[in-house]
Amino acid sequence: MTAPENQRGRAAEIVFDRATKRYPGRSVPAVSELSMTIPAGEICCLVGPSGGGKTTAMKMVNRLIDITDGDIRIDEQSVRKLNVTELRRGIGYVIQQVGLFPHMSVGDNIATVPKLLGWDKKRTQARIAELLELVGLEAGDADRYPAQLSGGQRQRVGLARAMAADPPVMLMDEPFGAIDPITRERLQDEFLRLHREVRKTVIFVTHDIDEAIKIGDHIATLREGGVLAQYDTPDRILAAPADDFVARFVGADRGLKRLALRRLDEVELEPLADGYEGAPTVDRTTTLRDALSLMLTEGSSVCLVRGADGTVTGMLTVRRVSELLSEET
Amino acid sequence: MGPHLFLAAGGHGKVVIPDFGGPSGGAHGCIARNGLFCWSWVDEHWGDTLQPALIQHLYLTAIAVAIGFTIAFFAALLAHRRNWFETPFGLFSAFLYTIPSLALFQLLVPFTGLSVTTIEIGLVGYTLLILFRNTLTGLREVPEDVIEAARGMGLSPGQIMARVELPLALPAIMAGLRIATVTTISLATVAAYITPLGLGKPIFYGLQSSFHTEFMATGALAIALALAADVLLVTAQRALMPWTRMRRAT
Repeated sequence: MTAPENQRGRAAEIVFDRATKRYPGRSVPAVSELSMTIPAGEICCLVGPSGGGKTTAMKMVNRLIDITDGDIRIDEQSVRKLNVTELRRGIGYVIQQVGLFPHMSVGDNIATVPKLLGWDKKRTQARIAELLELVGLEAGDADRYPAQLSGGQRQRVGLARAMAADPPVMLMDEPFGAIDPITRERLQDEFLRLHREVRKTVIFVTHDIDEAIKIGDHIATLREGGVLAQYDTPDRILAAPADDFVARFVGADRGLKRLALRRLDEVELEPLADGYEGAPTVDRTTTLRDALSLMLTEGSSVCLVRGADGTVTGMLTVRRVSELLSEET
Repeated sequence: MGPHLFLAAGGHGKVVIPDFGGPSGGAHGCIARNGLFCWSWVDEHWGDTLQPALIQHLYLTAIAVAIGFTIAFFAALLAHRRNWFETPFGLFSAFLYTIPSLALFQLLVPFTGLSVTTIEIGLVGYTLLILFRNTLTGLREVPEDVIEAARGMGLSPGQIMARVELPLALPAIMAGLRIATVTTISLATVAAYITPLGLGKPIFYGLQSSFHTEFMATGALAIALALAADVLLVTAQRALMPWTRMRRAT
């Protein structure tokens, strides 16, 4: 990515302050006194079962759903006090079905918010080109229509459209939910790379705990009735689920999932000992989970770890893995 | 009342049948034999009979479709926003549609006389059902996710209507316009029963006088007009909506 825009890199802190949504005639609220602070530039994943209110909580931020009680503040500003169309134009919005305008070319789709904001043609065109490159599409794709794109390409356009006016906040509602697993993984990776570059505050709704662990800086787990069960980093949620609900939701294999979060170069290895010359060897960028998997498949209790220069610098044992898991984070 | 009404109101300039021995016909010519279709008659009476009738017919149709579309369009917008409105207007337009055309014109005569107004009210009435239904269906079939994305990006309800809902409803609206236009062209011939305007006039005259060529030629002209209008609308539709022709390229 090149040519920084003047307001590039803005992000905003989002504060949920006892935000509540009640629907008339229903005894249980959809979202119940949700309080949490999402630091500027972070990705917060909202997870939970259907009926957990995760999408409702997200849509309260851009007021597609009105807040009944409490408040949500973006950079100290209450969303309830802002003009609703202006609020929305400052928030990127991506949904699972993408919702591209089928009668507009890819370029015109991306230009939607810039046009609303009255950008001139030159600036808009430059931004379209920049965004297409950013999301991994070709410049020539600007003239195509959504019907001519694959599912993955459409979601890339959806992402580009949401980022067009460089909003400080992005809301993403299961954006990769309808995409095949291989493309989904690639889009997740690219989204993370993109996020490292643009550093927006992102609220990312997903029902897939693995996706949340991979994408989120923080994970907010909601239970039925929109009650926040735990708001923590992925590692903390896996290491110390707040209660049985969270433990069940993250799964019995939460230990293994936690191992997937750490790479060998992030942990203290054991010094190389003699007698393990035949043990399997892995790269230092391998995750603990993959290293453990290799040891189990190879029937070895040890694996050797190669450093950046290719020489073996240390080793990992199954026992060390278990120690690392029980360590406090 | 019957066809004599038409004659009473008739202002047909030329009497065709007694003039069998026209300049190009001759005693044994096509016209003299009252052949099924005589080019010479068409050639001779294009300027004084067929062309004026065709132009009148175009006007009758255009006015009826334009007024009918305006009414149906706003009714559909209202029904799209307020669901309760669909049933009463739907029933009303369906009721109008089921009245036999001659009966409807006849019913209107005591109120609006033997006038163009009578014709237009009748013709407009027949366009409402199809235009209302198609416009409403078109608006309702705009995908929910597209509207949600538009709202989420901060388009106002008016902008969503103008930039998203209407363009996406356009194929259905155009389909309705095509049917309404072709139907009106056909129905408008019956209108000459009320007042001698449009292609109905030479058709009625031809039937009255048993002179074949006159109603054959006019009938063919009415069909040609309907086809031409349809082609014109399809062409307009394609030009307006390039996305409807796009197929996956890869």
